[in-house]
Amino acid sequence: MREAIARFVTDGVSVCLGTALEAAIPFAAGHEIVRQGKRDLTLIGPISDMLFDQLIGAGSVRRVVAAWVGNVSAGLGHSYRRATERGQPSPVAVADHSNLTLSLALLAGSLGVPYIPTHSLLGSDIPAAHDGFERGADPWSGAPLLLVSAIRPDVTIVHVQRADAEGHCHAWGPLGVTREAALAAKQVIVVAEEIWPAARILADPNLVLVPAFKVAAVVHEPWGALPSPLQGCYARDHDLFTSYHDESRTQDGFRAWLDRWVLGVGDWPSFLKLLGPERLDRLRARRHLPSEPLDYGA
Amino acid sequence: MTAGYTARELMVAAAAREIRDGERVFVGMRLPILAFALAKRTHAPGAIGLFENGLVRDTSADEMLFTMSDPPNVPGALWCTSTGNIMGLLEQGLVDLGFIGGAEVDRYGNLNTSYIGEPRRPRVKLPGSGGGADIASLARRFVIIMPQETHRFVERVGYITSPGHGDGPGWRERVGLPGGGPSALITTLGVFRFDERTREALLASYHPGQSVDTVRAATGWRLRAAPDVHETPAPSDGELALVRACDPRGFWTR
Repeated sequence: MREAIARFVTDGVSVCLGTALEAAIPFAAGHEIVRQGKRDLTLIGPISDMLFDQLIGAGSVRRVVAAWVGNVSAGLGHSYRRATERGQPSPVAVADHSNLTLSLALLAGSLGVPYIPTHSLLGSDIPAAHDGFERGADPWSGAPLLLVSAIRPDVTIVHVQRADAEGHCHAWGPLGVTREAALAAKQVIVVAEEIWPAARILADPNLVLVPAFKVAAVVHEPWGALPSPLQGCYARDHDLFTSYHDESRTQDGFRAWLDRWVLGVGDWPSFLKLLGPERLDRLRARRHLPSEPLDYGA
Repeated sequence: MTAGYTARELMVAAAAREIRDGERVFVGMRLPILAFALAKRTHAPGAIGLFENGLVRDTSADEMLFTMSDPPNVPGALWCTSTGNIMGLLEQGLVDLGFIGGAEVDRYGNLNTSYIGEPRRPRVKLPGSGGGADIASLARRFVIIMPQETHRFVERVGYITSPGHGDGPGWRERVGLPGGGPSALITTLGVFRFDERTREALLASYHPGQSVDTVRAATGWRLRAAPDVHETPAPSDGELALVRACDPRGFWTR
């Protein structure tokens, strides 16, 4: 993880994460970004939940392109508010989207086209505020449309259930904008719960997220999406979301939280040790519901 | 609670009544998840729920959900896919009803979940649209659920995140919005409905213990009551039992 973040998430790049909405958020990668003191990042994501708030509070972020930033368990994000309202610890510019327009922007990026039209947000004040949108019209009927400008993140970080060493990976459960975000990105960092031999991943090529030539790095980081949930693996650690919300109410409280959970631990396994094995055990998926294997025979 | 139920339990029951049998419903989070579960178990067994993270279900999940993306929302799903695919169904006009919340609402049902004060230097930066603005734009109709406080129920929102009826009749057609706009606003004090002609929110019913006057006093515009304004029916014992079975710890409704 250390090497992947050091090499591919350099100061000033745009990073897309939290692409499956409330699930599979790459917290382990995000905490490593904070530990390495990255600066001036542009964060891109749909419902980015608490990880964006943490990166913003740590001073790593200059701009946010998102549909929603806060804490899904608790509501507002205190660090996000401090940064946008008072410039603490550093000012953050916001380019608002909706979930659909962010999805379309990444889809346009993935298709290699400059924009995609939609009827959504006509009449909303969101499009007027930044350069991600233009007013347009259907060239055939003349009806009003909103043109959503393509987004091509420098790096998309995804957390998946399993990958091979080449970057072929299987992701399942609700995917949000994960596939579009990975395809649109110049480079993808895949963080995986398990590393499997290539032959076993490629035995189900329909489930492979993107071609491995899109993937710049594969990181093995079990439990790396915590406290967000991962299908088939673990539940949402709701208490960590609410305790972060309470403790990050002030800048000092936020720093104390960061010192304890991020800066005070050298890596993700140390974070998990701090959480404790009983807590992990409580979150571990109990009910296993494997699907039927597919016959890819020729 | 002398009434034997909380305001939120009443809101869930009122929201469930907005769901008609067989409808496709954009469920979202929090109270609407419970309203969908309640409607499914009572008058709308044929309703189908859509979730913007990429799920379609015709049953409610069998464990409590903190968010729509919690793993128990997947077993039993009819489809597990992407945000774009779900939103595409919405944009095609295939979703009958969506639920959304807001921090500020105005008399035409426009919602602000983005900025209080000047957007470039806001007094309060709210989390933003999520999928709310898409539902407001594209669902055939939508229902707003939010706690009622005078300062949140304003004559005109300072920023439209999710478009309602804009500035009145004909506005949605003029700006090119395909969806039908807000049909009801369910609050802690009453249920508002949008007048077919003027498009403004009228008080349709006040919850037990409230009156037209108490709701009006907590509304920041000159609220008019519908001609047939009445008391909101209290949730039945059966409805309450179902809501509590879905939220056993009272996480959402207490």
